[in-house]
Amino acid sequence: MLTMLTKSSRGVRPALDLVFSFVITFVLVCSSNAQSTNAQSTNAQSTFEPTSFRSGSPSAGHSNASVPAQVDKINELVRKSWADFNLSPSALESDAKWVRRLYVDLLGRIPSPTEQREFENDEAEDKRASLVRRLLYDDRYTLDYARNWTTIWTNLLIGRTGGTGNDSLVSREGMQKYLRDSFARNKPYHTMVHDLITATGSTKPGTENFNGATNYLADKVNEENATLATSSVSKLFLGLQIQCTQCHNHPFNDWKQDKYWEFNAFFRQTRALRRFVQGTDDISNAELIDQDFAGESNNPEKADLFYELRNGLVKVAYPVFVDGTKIDPSGFVQDVNRRQELAKLILGSKFFDQAAINRMWGHFFGYGFTKPIDDLGSHNLPSNAELLSYLADEFRKTEYDQKQLIEWLVLSEAYQLSSKVNPGNQRDDPTLGEVPQFSHYYIRPFAAEELYESLLLLTRGTGEEDNYQTTEEQKSAWLQQFSTEFGTDEGDESIDFSGTIAQVLMMFNGDMVRAATRADGGGVLQQIIQDPKADVRVKIERMFEAALARQPSRKEATAFQQLVQTSGSPVEGLEDIWWALLNSNEFIFNH
Amino acid sequence: MFFTTPSGMSRRHFMSHMAGASAMVGASLAMNHSLAAAAATLRANNKRCILMWMGGGPSTIDIWDLKPGAATGGPFKPIRTTGDLEICEHMPLTAQVMDRLSIIRNMSTREADHDRGRYYMHTGYVPNPNVQHPSYGSVIAHELAEYRKELEIPPFVSIGGGSEGPGFLGMSWAPFNVDSNGRIRDLEMSVNEARLQRRLASLQMLETSFISENRGVAAAEHAKVLDKTLQLMTSQQMSAFNVAQEPTAVAERYGQTNFGRSCLLARRLVEANVPFVEVNLGGWDNHDNIFPTLKDQRLPELDKGMSALVQDLTERGLWQDTVVLWMGEFGRTPRINGNTGRDHWARCWSVVAGGGGIKGGIAVGKTNEDGTQVDGPSYSSEDLMASVCQAMGISLSTTFQSSNGRPMKIANGGKIIKELFS
Repeated sequence: MLTMLTKSSRGVRPALDLVFSFVITFVLVCSSNAQSTNAQSTNAQSTFEPTSFRSGSPSAGHSNASVPAQVDKINELVRKSWADFNLSPSALESDAKWVRRLYVDLLGRIPSPTEQREFENDEAEDKRASLVRRLLYDDRYTLDYARNWTTIWTNLLIGRTGGTGNDSLVSREGMQKYLRDSFARNKPYHTMVHDLITATGSTKPGTENFNGATNYLADKVNEENATLATSSVSKLFLGLQIQCTQCHNHPFNDWKQDKYWEFNAFFRQTRALRRFVQGTDDISNAELIDQDFAGESNNPEKADLFYELRNGLVKVAYPVFVDGTKIDPSGFVQDVNRRQELAKLILGSKFFDQAAINRMWGHFFGYGFTKPIDDLGSHNLPSNAELLSYLADEFRKTEYDQKQLIEWLVLSEAYQLSSKVNPGNQRDDPTLGEVPQFSHYYIRPFAAEELYESLLLLTRGTGEEDNYQTTEEQKSAWLQQFSTEFGTDEGDESIDFSGTIAQVLMMFNGDMVRAATRADGGGVLQQIIQDPKADVRVKIERMFEAALARQPSRKEATAFQQLVQTSGSPVEGLEDIWWALLNSNEFIFNH
Repeated sequence: MFFTTPSGMSRRHFMSHMAGASAMVGASLAMNHSLAAAAATLRANNKRCILMWMGGGPSTIDIWDLKPGAATGGPFKPIRTTGDLEICEHMPLTAQVMDRLSIIRNMSTREADHDRGRYYMHTGYVPNPNVQHPSYGSVIAHELAEYRKELEIPPFVSIGGGSEGPGFLGMSWAPFNVDSNGRIRDLEMSVNEARLQRRLASLQMLETSFISENRGVAAAEHAKVLDKTLQLMTSQQMSAFNVAQEPTAVAERYGQTNFGRSCLLARRLVEANVPFVEVNLGGWDNHDNIFPTLKDQRLPELDKGMSALVQDLTERGLWQDTVVLWMGEFGRTPRINGNTGRDHWARCWSVVAGGGGIKGGIAVGKTNEDGTQVDGPSYSSEDLMASVCQAMGISLSTTFQSSNGRPMKIANGGKIIKELFS
């Protein structure tokens, strides 16, 4: 069923019809095994009851479990935009390349040679769908899955440098522990967000009242009246860039400065208290608490704050949500816990659902429906509004089951397409500033962590233990060399990685690649080289499969065999080829 | 690894392997372009530029445009300088070189958010989700490339910070980031020549094949960066990064601080003919407790490094060829806030420029009595960039083709700050 489509793209219709008939088959076949995947997610413990202010049946669209209607609908809406823009989609990607793509996007690493082969040898017609379900629901992959999404969310919540500085109150380990547990149990997204916004307790594992979710806000509430908490929460969970209105009215939409400070008011009861290592000045951990807020004019019944307009006028603000909903202005926690109220309002906002979908779509497809993905609003309309709002509705109906959402996205037609463009979709190129229409997969360099995990996989022997915490610490230390901070109070940081000379030097000469390219290094290379049954030709083929998920072309096979023959020793020759494979654009791009 | 060039291998020898590699696969990447760097005599352009980037938004009302006596003025007093203008008392060393630097006191911009301000001041364009504009370093490196064919190290170096990217010019014009010690990791491959040849030949074959599959421009950009990396790994010019070679007395003069070392490293790099170097000094986002922070921390470090740089460039005969620029993303509010700090303020603020033929010792434009607005005409990021281009001998009629085919004028069509060239 995965025969490549030929370029029959003389006009859009025939190509689309072909794709259409394929997708129908594909969806029917792959969904036949789609038993209810809800079972796993309902195990997750909720810290609060989310449905009380939500309408809609949680099981809608899923009760008739055999066909995930969502995949069909996504295809329909994406295809509509192809037709509107007169684009002919790329051919379907081969199994071998697709499986590599899926592992990188879903688990944050390339597949091992065994995993790759296992999939390629699978002759079942619905093998793509069953692989997706295996990676999502099989216990063997829980750790990988949780690690990848923990990495992604750690970077979103506290950045690559959060918790690494001397005066930071964040425990990176605590943040990751919370996220790992959440993703391993497939905690519903809204529950997770609720935890993160409302958390109280200690930041550090092993201390009293430990609650890893506190690490999100621990460094964002004490300084400058919680402006960091304000901008981060609104951007991450609502896709609203209200930080521009801290000092002035928004240049592109109708938000006024009051919106920022009214949102900010929700964080004014919250403090992160330092706890010291006994008898020293070293910070041991922090405790995130809510305490009574007297307001800036010392009237806790109606606790206010002041902000300054650009013309110097001072205005007053109380907690008001972005949609205009006001809450009781009392600063007494027992009257009203402002963060709890905020979490409820956020979870009830349509922006909440859309921001989540936009981010998830952006993760799997390289671009969201808006640029940037966390800037929603009337000034920046989404490219496929119907699809965005459809997915947002469906996601809510599953009670925010992230695994189901992922399943829809990666089984949709657009995700099956090759990254090779054709004359009929060459112009669908977001790097040229075009609005992405997803008529082919967009290649992208591995994120630093994806490259690290992939190299690790190739370096590590099969039997080696994976010590989670040690691996994370080593990875974090490795990443530090590429991270720079911008010297602002907002802790902006950038990573000097993808496509830079620093990255190439690391891949040419760095320790990890040195280890990976040693025939006696214990990794995948050693296994291939030491196999007595494989001759040079087969060894080269295996190396290509392991690194690039493809066979060498005839030209490559000939050239590389010659190269081994003219080497000082065959082992050296194979090591050098392996070095080249790992350094190639084809290796470091997800495509 | 520090400052090592591959042992026992000459650059020519190394590059000849690359030529061999191309022959083997019958297709050539750009990897060997430097071989073709014939000594064609071109109109010389030896101009360089050093940008001192003050991350966080420095309080220029306390440094370059003081308002003594005004409610907004703060505690610092102005002092006289060797130029025709006064600056802050906590910049005494810089005061001695102000005959070579001018202050543009009538900058007026609109971006008061760090990210947006950093982007705008580096590119001359406001952020746009559909186009990534190239920053100063990328533009200048790109424009002067034809006059720097002998240069084997990156033409755009950023010290101690990330700068802004190359935008639509592509990753091969991205900043090369180093810390103030000039440390570069993983510079040595330590395999013999024969193996190196095999590795590069194999790599070249794979790169070419993937590029030819038509999956997007990023694949070819990677090959270009490989090329630049190979050049750098084999170059004797890399010793320019070895700031530790400087005599102690020189290092002392710049100050034994990250910024001091960064300025010294910048001087070494422009001496090696690198066209653009950015030096980063952060910590200017002083919403709280601004005056002690400036007086005791930021200004002493800045004063020493900045004055030493100007003086050293002058003494070495580089001043006429080196444009020096000092700026951050915006200034800070004239009003002093409740935490004795100042907040973000883009409406009126100052930048400093000199060298490379730019007139020194003057104040361009002025602000009103309490520093809350520009008095008279004002200048923008575009104007500043146009002026730097003018000083660098880069034509203002230069137009780029952005990746979506739109023509983009260099410096966004800014007008030259004429006072700097009279």
